[in-house]
Amino acid sequence: MYDVIIIGGGVSGAACARELSRYQASVCVLEKEEDVCCGTSKANSAIVHAGYDAVPGSLMAKLNVKGNEMMEQLSKDLDFPFRRIGSLVICLNEEDMPGLEELYERGMENGVPGIRIISGEEVKAMEPNITDSVYAALYAPSAGIVCPFNLNIALAENAYENGVEFQFDTEVEDIVKLDEGYELHTSRGTYQARYVVNAAGVYADKFHNMVSEEKIHITPRRGDYCLLDKSAGNHVSRTIFSLPTKYGKGVLVTPTVHGNLLVGPTAIDIEDKEGTNTTREGLDEVISKAGQNVKDLPMRQVITSFAGLRAHEDGTEFIIGEPEDAKGFIDCAGIESPGLTSCPAIGEMVAELLRDKMGLEKKENFIATRKGILDPDTLTKEERAELIRKEPAYGNIICRCEMITEGEIIDAIRRPLGAKSLDGVKRRTRAGMGRCQSGFCSPRTMEILARELGVNMADITKSGGTSRLVVGTNKDRL
Amino acid sequence: MKNYDIVIIGGGPAGLAAAVSAKKNGIDSILILERDKELGGILNQCIHNGFGLHTFKEELTGPEYAQRFIDQAKALKIEYCLNTMVMDISHEKVVTAMNREEGMFEIRAKAVILAMGCRERSRGALNIPGYRPAGIYSAGTAQRLVNMEGLMPGREVVILGSGDIGLIMARRMTFEGAKVKVVAELMPYSGGLKRNIVQCLDDYGIPLKLSHTVVDIKGKERLEGVTLAEVDSTGKPIPGTEEFYSCDTLLLSVGLIPENELSNGMGVEMSRVTSGPVVNESLETNIEGVFACGNVLHVHDLVDFVSEEAAAAGKNAAAYVKGGRTEVDGREIRLNPVEGVRYTVPVTINTARMDENLTVRFRVGSVFKNCYVSAYFDDERVIHRKRQIVAPGEMEEIKLTKDQLLKYPDLETITVKIEEA
Amino acid sequence: MEIRNLTCISCPMGCPITVEMDGDEVVSVTGNTCKRGDVYARKEVTNPTRIVTSTVRVIGGKADMVSVKTKEDIPKGKIFDCVKALKGVEVEAPVRIGDVIVPDVAGTGVDIVATKNVARSLPV
Repeated sequence: MYDVIIIGGGVSGAACARELSRYQASVCVLEKEEDVCCGTSKANSAIVHAGYDAVPGSLMAKLNVKGNEMMEQLSKDLDFPFRRIGSLVICLNEEDMPGLEELYERGMENGVPGIRIISGEEVKAMEPNITDSVYAALYAPSAGIVCPFNLNIALAENAYENGVEFQFDTEVEDIVKLDEGYELHTSRGTYQARYVVNAAGVYADKFHNMVSEEKIHITPRRGDYCLLDKSAGNHVSRTIFSLPTKYGKGVLVTPTVHGNLLVGPTAIDIEDKEGTNTTREGLDEVISKAGQNVKDLPMRQVITSFAGLRAHEDGTEFIIGEPEDAKGFIDCAGIESPGLTSCPAIGEMVAELLRDKMGLEKKENFIATRKGILDPDTLTKEERAELIRKEPAYGNIICRCEMITEGEIIDAIRRPLGAKSLDGVKRRTRAGMGRCQSGFCSPRTMEILARELGVNMADITKSGGTSRLVVGTNKDRL
Repeated sequence: MKNYDIVIIGGGPAGLAAAVSAKKNGIDSILILERDKELGGILNQCIHNGFGLHTFKEELTGPEYAQRFIDQAKALKIEYCLNTMVMDISHEKVVTAMNREEGMFEIRAKAVILAMGCRERSRGALNIPGYRPAGIYSAGTAQRLVNMEGLMPGREVVILGSGDIGLIMARRMTFEGAKVKVVAELMPYSGGLKRNIVQCLDDYGIPLKLSHTVVDIKGKERLEGVTLAEVDSTGKPIPGTEEFYSCDTLLLSVGLIPENELSNGMGVEMSRVTSGPVVNESLETNIEGVFACGNVLHVHDLVDFVSEEAAAAGKNAAAYVKGGRTEVDGREIRLNPVEGVRYTVPVTINTARMDENLTVRFRVGSVFKNCYVSAYFDDERVIHRKRQIVAPGEMEEIKLTKDQLLKYPDLETITVKIEEA
Repeated sequence: MEIRNLTCISCPMGCPITVEMDGDEVVSVTGNTCKRGDVYARKEVTNPTRIVTSTVRVIGGKADMVSVKTKEDIPKGKIFDCVKALKGVEVEAPVRIGDVIVPDVAGTGVDIVATKNVARSLPV
């Protein structure tokens, strides 16, 4: 029996795991996919929100601002890309100013540092590509951008280093209340734990409702995005939002930490919790709305499009804590935007809650830092030469769009909780994420995966499960 | 830092032909930098026949064609580095490259020939909606898997785009035991060569659906099927024409894009139409001593013409290095592509520097039947050649001679156009 | 009289050719630009043939596969017999362009030959 089982290896689950790993407790993460960061955490805006959106006094507001504060140090400790670039909420008309002022007031109440309303001229001076009809904007210097993959992966790797177990391809099917704790029936056997953390993203309502009579309901809210080539990455230098509507934050335009430009999302409520398909209407909406605030967007430079699902709970609030009628079951549900921003604070909150309930003691040998995959671009010429002398694989470029070396890919596969699939390598190294979208490097990355994992090429998948990339050998069915 | 007279970026058909030509034109200090493990470039995976009729007067497969040039390069003792990636080229022609053995190193070149080739447009660039399962490949990636690794990407195949690689792969997959269900083409005409439609599709009863595109992709892990729909004259899907095809593989042959990241990095001026450098009669870019040829300059259909173009680039680079080039007064004849003609390579001609003969290559924007390819020297129509059919999928050319141009000392613009009969 | 319209595949020009036939007899060939078109058209309406290209696996080579072709064109009807005959064929490196990989493939009298050089892999 584990002390704690966490359902889900997304950012929430991984953050809870990492924070819990500070304490003396046996912790296990059950993840239904083959890797961490496979659901909502992998397909979102990658924004670290300043915190003026959420209703003052809400958990969302509190954890957003706190998570934003924590992100910078966390990015240094766990070595993932984060840049505090600031954001602008664009107001196009004088009559919309009350909306902008309300955001400002909320931000002040939520304790967002440094926000101010600036004039259209000031906006144009900061961002020359904002539409000429800009009237004013809310400027939030504390907003930032993050690599959601590496944030999630870093949290999980660090948790693993500190003793947390991870079980992949393990889907929880049923939860049974025991006298003490819970029994979880999964696709790969039965697990028992004194405490369960429900960080199951769009499925969190399903698990909550298995143990509690106070039902919750999560709607997968789909958002379509377009990602533009790095040549468009400087089109804006801050995250550009529209004034929010009842459907969320509208379509944003933002640079990414890797220098691309991201445009999206839409907001479509759907039924299917796996419905991550983009639609023609969705992509058309992104393209048409993107131009509302930013002019001359080079939409010809789109290199890929994708859709993500936000786990929207009916109450539009994070549900974090123990339901009255389910002792030992800790929800971490309804974690939609600003969930990514809030995750460090969510992890801390859940860990402290469990510490108090379980009387957990701190570990003496907690490892607070983690080194990410070495990016040779950050080295001096001499250091790089030395690296290649020692490890010639760092002299062998595999992904020529993103200039990713064999050395980085090998590291991604061999490190703790390493990549097992093409997408796993992609999320860890960016190999295949560039303008050719893995056209050139996928066969070579597959070869490296097969060699490192000691399996056949035919066993290599795109993203686990049945997503095999090749189905056999030439003429095998002739 | 090492020094070479000419550094050639890419050891495919363009790079090889440029090197051979530069050597034959008197330059000994030549280095080819190739990122793959062997010379020959994309020809190594183009195992089908049909190459070389123009160059060698016989029909060769891609690897055989490549070997002819590799043999020449080796006989001429031209230096090359394999598995070597060029990271950067400075405006001053210092090339930074990297490989396993030497790490990062710099080479100073007197002249640089850009011969990096092209890449395939991806699904993302088309913004095809749907899921993102395994089983969606660009045709060239599938070609590499099948031809170089002996691996089958799938069993039941739909191909989007009727570019030559897509057509060739329709036949290849059929030979290897896959079922190719349909080739869909967005445009009302094929982007590939007519003979490839005959010998790759018609021979095997594979239907070609013109004015059709993929409007949805089904399958969360591995591809399960795609929905095709007819498109209107603006390329928009027509509601009600959707048709589902179950398949485990979607191959995309939807266009090639010259790979000019290095050229952009060094400040080479680009054409928005070709996505390749803007060049003069010497195939020289706006940076003196930097030349371009092959698919990095503009996407070709036939390797024979790549070789021809690259040989010209090699010869011109040799002349540049030897310093014997005629100084020019800056007066240039501009080529002006209009009325159906999308672009020309080159863009300008300086008669003082041009060879006796100059081939101007171009593509048309749509299909024209029973038309004329015409060239006007300022207002006078000088070339008027009857053509049964011209199509975007097939590169066109006009030939100019120095003597001809010298007869027009005040010539400013050569307008190239398609005229109806 | 029967009229058959063909697209010549002898070279990339793809000339549209019209063949006039009287039963099995070719009466006229028009539309071709060169001699090869005439030859192609006459053959295509009487005994169509194709060059077949494929790959076979290499043992101990620097590459896993070597590309191959029929040395000459073979009857269209024999194409699939030809590719089936290549199933399971393996050759040992080194392979040179022109090496016969399968003699007289599928009883066509035509050899399958290598179209690529594959050197022996270096001993590990």
